[in-house]
Amino acid sequence: MTAPTLLSIRGVAKTFGRNAVLRDISLEIAEGEFLTILGESGSGKTTLLRIIAGFETATSGELWMGNDRLDHQPPYRRRVNTVFQHYALFPHLTVEQNVGYGLRVAKRPESEIAERVAEALDKVKMTSHAKKKPSKISGGQQQRVALARALVNRPRLLLLDEPLSALDANLRRQMQVELKSLQREVGIAFVFVTHDQEEAMVMSDRIALLRSGELEQVAAPREIYGRPATAYVAQFIGHTNLLKGEVRGGVVSCGPLVWQTSLPDGPILFSLRPEHVRLAAGTTAAASAIRIRGQVLHQAFHGATELIRVQCSDGLIFVARIPGGSGVQSEVDLEFSAADAIPVRESPERA
Amino acid sequence: MFSRAYKTVVTAPPLAWVTVFLLVPYLLLFCYSFWSVSPAETIVHSWNLDNYHELLQKPLYWQTLLRSMWIAARVMLFSLLLGYPLAYFLSFYAGKRKDLLYQMVIIPLWVSYLVRAYAWKTILGSDGVLNTLLQYVHVTRHPLDFLLYSPFAVVLTLTHIYTPFTILPIYAALEHIPRNLVEASHDLGATPAQTFWKVIFPLSIPGVVAGATFAFVLSLGDFLAPLLLGGPSGIMISNIVVSLFGAAYNWPLGAAISLGMLMIVVSLLFLSERLEKKWSFS
Amino acid sequence: MELFVSGAPTNVPRSHWLLIHAAAVFAFLYLPIVILILYSFNGQGVGGFPPHHLTFDWYRILFADDLIWDSVLNSLQVAFAAMAISLAFGIPAALALDRAQFPGKALFRRLVLLPLILPGIITGLSLLMLFNLTGTKLSLMTIILGHGTALISVATTEVFAGLQKLDRAQEEASLDLGANYWQTFWRVTMPNLKLPIIGAALLIFTLSMDEIAVSFFLIGRDNTLPLEIWGRLRRGITPEINAVSTIIFMFSLITIVVWYRLRVRAEGSAEVGIELIEPTS
Repeated sequence: MTAPTLLSIRGVAKTFGRNAVLRDISLEIAEGEFLTILGESGSGKTTLLRIIAGFETATSGELWMGNDRLDHQPPYRRRVNTVFQHYALFPHLTVEQNVGYGLRVAKRPESEIAERVAEALDKVKMTSHAKKKPSKISGGQQQRVALARALVNRPRLLLLDEPLSALDANLRRQMQVELKSLQREVGIAFVFVTHDQEEAMVMSDRIALLRSGELEQVAAPREIYGRPATAYVAQFIGHTNLLKGEVRGGVVSCGPLVWQTSLPDGPILFSLRPEHVRLAAGTTAAASAIRIRGQVLHQAFHGATELIRVQCSDGLIFVARIPGGSGVQSEVDLEFSAADAIPVRESPERA
Repeated sequence: MFSRAYKTVVTAPPLAWVTVFLLVPYLLLFCYSFWSVSPAETIVHSWNLDNYHELLQKPLYWQTLLRSMWIAARVMLFSLLLGYPLAYFLSFYAGKRKDLLYQMVIIPLWVSYLVRAYAWKTILGSDGVLNTLLQYVHVTRHPLDFLLYSPFAVVLTLTHIYTPFTILPIYAALEHIPRNLVEASHDLGATPAQTFWKVIFPLSIPGVVAGATFAFVLSLGDFLAPLLLGGPSGIMISNIVVSLFGAAYNWPLGAAISLGMLMIVVSLLFLSERLEKKWSFS
Repeated sequence: MELFVSGAPTNVPRSHWLLIHAAAVFAFLYLPIVILILYSFNGQGVGGFPPHHLTFDWYRILFADDLIWDSVLNSLQVAFAAMAISLAFGIPAALALDRAQFPGKALFRRLVLLPLILPGIITGLSLLMLFNLTGTKLSLMTIILGHGTALISVATTEVFAGLQKLDRAQEEASLDLGANYWQTFWRVTMPNLKLPIIGAALLIFTLSMDEIAVSFFLIGRDNTLPLEIWGRLRRGITPEINAVSTIIFMFSLITIVVWYRLRVRAEGSAEVGIELIEPTS
C-alpha cells in the first residue's frame, strides 16, 4: 500500500447475545482507495460497516482515524458519512434540503450551503430535480441524491451499504461505472459493502472478503482472483475446480492425476480455474500439461464462452471454459498446466 | 369483483340506520334551533331566529363559550406536554418493555370516565386525600380551596382523562418513522436533539394534530367534569345546554347552542384533517 | 425489515429526563385510581390521610345494595343489545367502505365515524330530539339505540382495519373455485375477521357499560350502572362508590388486556389510534 492509512480497524469483534457476528477483524483502509467488503448475508459485512459509521458499538477492539480514537465517538461526530441501502432520504424535505442537511446542521452560512449543494447536485446530475420531494423521484434518482447528501459534507470516508441492490440490472451496471468515476473524481476513500462478487471485482481497488465474521482474504481483484488464499475465496469469486490430493517426495497425486512439484509433503488442495482447463489438442500432452479424459455431463452456452462439466474417473468432475460454439463429443480429453493449479488453504466450518 | 347485489346488501342497512339515527337527528337539531318554547312549556314549531338573537346578544353565552374554549385549550396543551415525551420515550427508548408500557397507556384510556372523575373529586376536596396529606406533612396549615370546585379541577381532571387519547396517535405516528432516517440524521452530523427537531418532530405532526384535536373537542363538549368538580366558576357551555334540557326547559335554545357546538367541532375536524394531510409525507 | 426496528437510537446517550418524565406521567395516570382503590378499604371514609382501619365493610354494603344490582343488570342488557346492533350494522358498514362505491360515500364515512370524536352530549341530544318528535318514551330501549348508534363507529374501524389486512386474492380464489358471494363471505371473509370482530365486541361492551354522556339524555325510569352511581354522587360521596368503582376498574382492566392480546395476535401490534391519523379512504 503506497497511500497512507486513513482508518485503522484493530481487533474489532461484535457479539449479539450469544451470536458472534464479527471476530477479530483487523484492517487498514488507505486514503483515497475504493475498498469493497464482500460477503454473503450473515457474514457480518453490514455490522462492520455500521461499527465504522457509529450505529453499533464493537464488543471489543478499536477504530482509529489518524490520532483520533473513533469508536468512542457517536456517529454525529465522526468525519464519516453513509449512503444507506434504502437511501433514507427525509420525506418531508426537498432534494435540495436533503442534500444541504448536514451543512445546515453544522451551521454553515447559507451562501456556502447553496453553492456546495448546487455543486453536489451537479456532480450526480440531479440539478433539475432540486425542488422535488423524494416521493416524486425514482429509485435510481433517490440513490444519487443520497450520494450527494453524503458527499457534500466532504467526509474523510464514505460508506456505502449495498446501495445498488435495489436497482435493476442495467441501471446497476451503469451506476457501478458512475460510482467508480465519481470516487476517482472526489478522491475520498469509499468503503462499499456488497454480496455481489462481480460488482466487487469491477469497482474495487481492494476486496476484503468476509466469511462468518472473519476476513478470508484482503487483496486487489486480480490477486484475489488469480491467487485465492483459501478454498472459500476460490469458490466465492468466480468459478473454480477444487482438487484434493497428496504430495509425497516431490510428486502430487490427485486421484488419477500425477505431476511434479516442489511443494512440501502433506495433504494439498488446489484451485484450478475453468478457463485454464482446455480441450486437449494433439494425441500426446506437452511436457508441462496434465491430461484427463471424461464424459461430458452438461454444456452451458454463455455466448462468448461455454462451460462444460466433465465426469472423469475416480469421481472427479471438471468444469472447463471453452470458446463458444466449439463442438464437443460426448467424450473429451481435457488438459491443464501444473502451474495453473494454485494451492489454497482449507476453509473449515466456523461455529 | 363484487356484484351490485353484494354491494347493495352490504351498504343499504348501515346506510339506513345511519340516516335514521345520525343524519336525521342532526337535521332535527337544526330544525329545533329555529323553533321556540311557549309559556306553557310546549315546543312551538314556528320558524324564527329568536334563539340565535338571544345567543348573540346575551353575554352569558359568549363568555361561557370562551371560558369553555380556554379550558379545552389548556387541556389540549397539558395533554400534549405530558403525552408527547411519553410517546417518544415509548417509541424510541422503551426497548423490551415497550409492549407492557403500551398496555399501561391504554388501560386508563378505557377505564370509566366516571371512576376517574370521581377519584379526583375524592382527592381534591377540602377533606380530600391531597389536602389532608399536605396538612399531615405540614406543608400547608389549612385546606387549599381552589383545588376543587374550580376551573383548575376541571382542567386537571380532563387532562388526566384525555392524555392517553393524545398519546396514542402521537405514538402511532412516531412508530411509523423509519429508524434509518434517525441514523441518517446522526450520520450527517446532527445530535439527537437536532435530529428530534429537524426530522422526528416534523414527521410526527399528523399524530400531534390528531391527538390535540381529540383532546380539545372532547373537552369542549364535556359537561360531567364541570358538574362534579367545576363549581359555579367552572361552568362550561355544555352545562348550559344540559340545564336548558332540564330545569330551564328551553329545548330550542339548547338545540341552537348544540348546533353551534356541532359547527365548531366539524370545522375543527375539517381543519385538522387538512393539516394532517399537509404534514403527511409517506 | 431493519427499517422499522424500534429501540433506542443506536449509540446515543440514554436520556434520564425522558425516563423521569415518563415515570411521572404514569404516576399521574395511575395514582388517582390507586388511591381510590386504597380508600375503598378505608374504614374512615373517602378522604383524610393517612388511611387506617382497613375493612371490607364497604364491599359488604355494596353487595347488599339492590339498586346497584338492578342497575348492573340493566347495564348488562344494554351492553349486549348495543353490541348486537353495533356489530350488525358496523360490519356491513366496514365492508361497504372497503368495497363499494356509491354517491354520498364520503358523507357516510364521516357520519359513521363522527360519534367517536363528537362530545357525547351532541349525540345524546340529537337522538333525544328524534325520540321526542316521534313520541317514543325514554327507556332502556332508547339507551340501547343510542349506544348502538354511537358504537357502530368502533365496530366499523376495527373491522375495516381487519379488511385492509385481508388478502383480496383469497376471496378471488374462493369465487374462482365456484363459491358464490354468500358462501365466500362465511367461509373465507368472516374467519379472517374473527379476531377484529371479537376485539370490537369486547371494546363495545366495555364502552357501553361505562357510557354516561349519551345515556344521560336518553334515560327513562331504569338506571344503568354509571347513571346510578352518578345519581348518588350528586347526593354525596360514600366509600361504597369507591368499592363499586374498584370493581369496575378491575373488570375494565381484564377486558382491555384481553382485547389487547387479541389485537396483537390479529395484527402483530395493537396500534390503536392509527385510524385517527390516517383518514380512512
